[in-house]
Amino acid sequence: MSVLSRTTAGSRVLLMGNEAIARGALEAGVRFAAGYPGTPASEIIGSLAEVAKERGVYVEWSVNEKVGSEAAAAASLAGLRGLSAMKNAGLSVALDFLLHLSYSGLGNQCGGFVVAVCDDPQGHSSGDETDSRWLAKWADIPLLEPDSPQEAKDMTTWAFQVSEEFKSPCFLRSYTRLSHASGTVTLGELPQPDTKAHFDTSQIISPYLAKAKHADLEVRLDKVRELFESSSFNWYQGPEGPELLIVCSGSASRFSLEAVEQLGLEKSVGILKLGTLWPFPKKLVAQHLAKTDRVLVVEEVDPFIESHVKETAFDSGSVPQTLEIYGKGSGHLPLVGETTPDAILEALSTIFNLASPVSDPSYSEKIQEAEEMLIPRGLTWCAGCPHRASFWVMREATRRDGRDGFLAGDIGCYTLDVFPGGGGNQQTKALHAMGSGMGLASGFGKLGQFGFTQPTIAVCGDSTFYHAAIPALVNAVYSGSNMIMVLLDNNSTAMTGFQPHPGTGFNATGDPAPVVDVEKLCQSLGCKIVVSDPFDIEGSAKKLRLLMKKEDGVRILILRRVCELIRMREEKKHPYKVWVDTEKCRGEKCAFCTRMYKCPGLVWDREVGKAQILEAVCPGCGVCVDICPFGAIHREKTP
Amino acid sequence: MTTICEDPLNLVIAGVGGQGNILLSRLVGRALVKKGYFVSIAETFGAAQRGGAVMSTIRISKRMSLGPLIPEGKVHIILSLEPLETLRTLIKFKSPTVVALTNVQPVPPLGVLAMKDDYPDDDRLQNAIRELSESVLFLNATDMGLKLGAPIVANIIMLGALIASDLLPLTRQDIEDEIREAFASDRAQLNIKALRKGVESMGGSTVTALHS
Repeated sequence: MSVLSRTTAGSRVLLMGNEAIARGALEAGVRFAAGYPGTPASEIIGSLAEVAKERGVYVEWSVNEKVGSEAAAAASLAGLRGLSAMKNAGLSVALDFLLHLSYSGLGNQCGGFVVAVCDDPQGHSSGDETDSRWLAKWADIPLLEPDSPQEAKDMTTWAFQVSEEFKSPCFLRSYTRLSHASGTVTLGELPQPDTKAHFDTSQIISPYLAKAKHADLEVRLDKVRELFESSSFNWYQGPEGPELLIVCSGSASRFSLEAVEQLGLEKSVGILKLGTLWPFPKKLVAQHLAKTDRVLVVEEVDPFIESHVKETAFDSGSVPQTLEIYGKGSGHLPLVGETTPDAILEALSTIFNLASPVSDPSYSEKIQEAEEMLIPRGLTWCAGCPHRASFWVMREATRRDGRDGFLAGDIGCYTLDVFPGGGGNQQTKALHAMGSGMGLASGFGKLGQFGFTQPTIAVCGDSTFYHAAIPALVNAVYSGSNMIMVLLDNNSTAMTGFQPHPGTGFNATGDPAPVVDVEKLCQSLGCKIVVSDPFDIEGSAKKLRLLMKKEDGVRILILRRVCELIRMREEKKHPYKVWVDTEKCRGEKCAFCTRMYKCPGLVWDREVGKAQILEAVCPGCGVCVDICPFGAIHREKTP
Repeated sequence: MTTICEDPLNLVIAGVGGQGNILLSRLVGRALVKKGYFVSIAETFGAAQRGGAVMSTIRISKRMSLGPLIPEGKVHIILSLEPLETLRTLIKFKSPTVVALTNVQPVPPLGVLAMKDDYPDDDRLQNAIRELSESVLFLNATDMGLKLGAPIVANIIMLGALIASDLLPLTRQDIEDEIREAFASDRAQLNIKALRKGVESMGGSTVTALHS
């Protein structure tokens, strides 16, 4: 039984931040949850899906974050509590709807609607480290930010109440060090909601007329602010009149508490921890600003709280003119990257003029010596991954074509092609957002009239295709763009943990689902489609070259082979036994396989000076046999 | 040990994506929560898992829920599944009093395969690990795992060594209970066997007796 469906209230368990958000939603009686996978957010929907049947919740992996938000909001409009979850980049996709939902409100008989957004400070698994809190402000949506898994659970439950009371969506902002942190959580009760879904047709829920709705929204926000001013998720700890006031949120509050203790500053420093961030609780903050001369603001990513503290100080009559405010603006804390305990310790040491702890010079010397030995560990595709073969196919085809062709990439495991020192050979020359490879290629394919002659290949995964590539594909067809799409179909959303999508034949809760057929869909648009197995390097490269020569609109090559991790799990055997004939291997003069193909199952034996199969790693796909220019690698079918 | 000698006690579990790093932090974390501790863990997921360096930081306190990252100089224990990653962790946290337990079987990074980088030789690497730690334990857990027919259980073997070292307020039984909860019975049996192998490898000596 999943710990999420444990019914004993009061029991203490270890939960990941994302699981805590899911549990908080269950404790609020959530009935409908939808989202699109994305690190670090995926486990919110994933863990709800595991208990969906047991708890009577409907859970879906939607095609994208906008549709997921719309679907979950429908439940809310029909009186049920709904949750939508996404990563930071996904919020940009959902915003068009969410902004207008903020204007329209949730109607007379709504159930609460909570949008959980997980930012990725440091960009551990993202192409950006944007701060989504500005978007809550931009869309006038109430915003909460928890500091720990316990608070993530409690705040999620409360967020549904806030949403319901004010008939507005409510944002819960998480971040990597919460979503992917685990902590001790005391569980609450799990209710058995039995509200019947019904949409009240006596109302029209829309943002029109916008000016009037905007005015309503401002009134609503003032009321939310009143509630937030006295929320117990905001608290103060420290002396009555601190020498320095730290205003903080999120895990930065936990780090601040510890830093103050570590430096022995408990008698001089007070901590005002904020959990309700928008509308900003300015009365509460002003009261505390009035009692100190110096403030340090500590938060994750942008100076969001910091700018509102400055605004509050400016607006409030009771704050001394001499108040000094430190943080990202003053340079005491870094503007980029995640907020670490070390950064807070350093900021406090600077402010209080504390000597840095003296480190043992001989230890520092040893560290320096050791650093010379440290080599990077680049990201790569798994041994036997079909993407490695697919990129080899594209390399072969564009090289032989000779017209300086290039790839416009997309988001998925195949993104790793752009990483320096990574698994691929960096043929992807432009890469941005979900579906953008296709959109960019649609544009590149229209540059012929300006003398552009380079073949452009949009590379897109199967899940990404459903998510955002379809409108771009329709655009390319409609505009008569001269381009190729290579669809890397591994039958999974592999990068984020093998979530199903409309092509897989099953849904979030493991039940059979209709397959939305990519080929038929593309055929219906009039595209030329060729399907090939990426492990047939020669054959696939030939097909791609032919498509590159035929310059007539949108051509599609589907390179289809299931993700190796899924294959291995299902088949539990290696297709081939693979070995290197050391007589034939040309050694260091060549090393084509290890230098260029870079499969982790194929290593360089330094002593012998030849390539070698690493048996513990090689899954026996046998593709390297076709890569070796001298026929030195052999394969034999396993029984 | 029946309690923690420092509060918070800070443990780092290091390795390469795919070595089963997260399983270890879960087993340790769940067992500690049952003993009444506040546990905070930060883990690496997603893109970084694809062959990258992974690290879990685990913070254990009787008093309060802490942020999940560990300040420099404050790591007490490193449990590592790969020796280069042990060195990376030692350099990152600069904690001279740390106890490091490490698997010695290298997993060569991509740059080594592509012949751009050289993996440091065993002696030099182990010497550097020794120099940067107060005490060390080297174990070829991958070899021990191969003997059990599954090199993947190297992670659990290393955990066994950590439990036997008596640095955490946990017993072998505590971890066995967690393994039984986490796995179906055949997988649980294999992992318990691995755990016991790891415990035995310490031969009844705790790490405090291993000072180099």
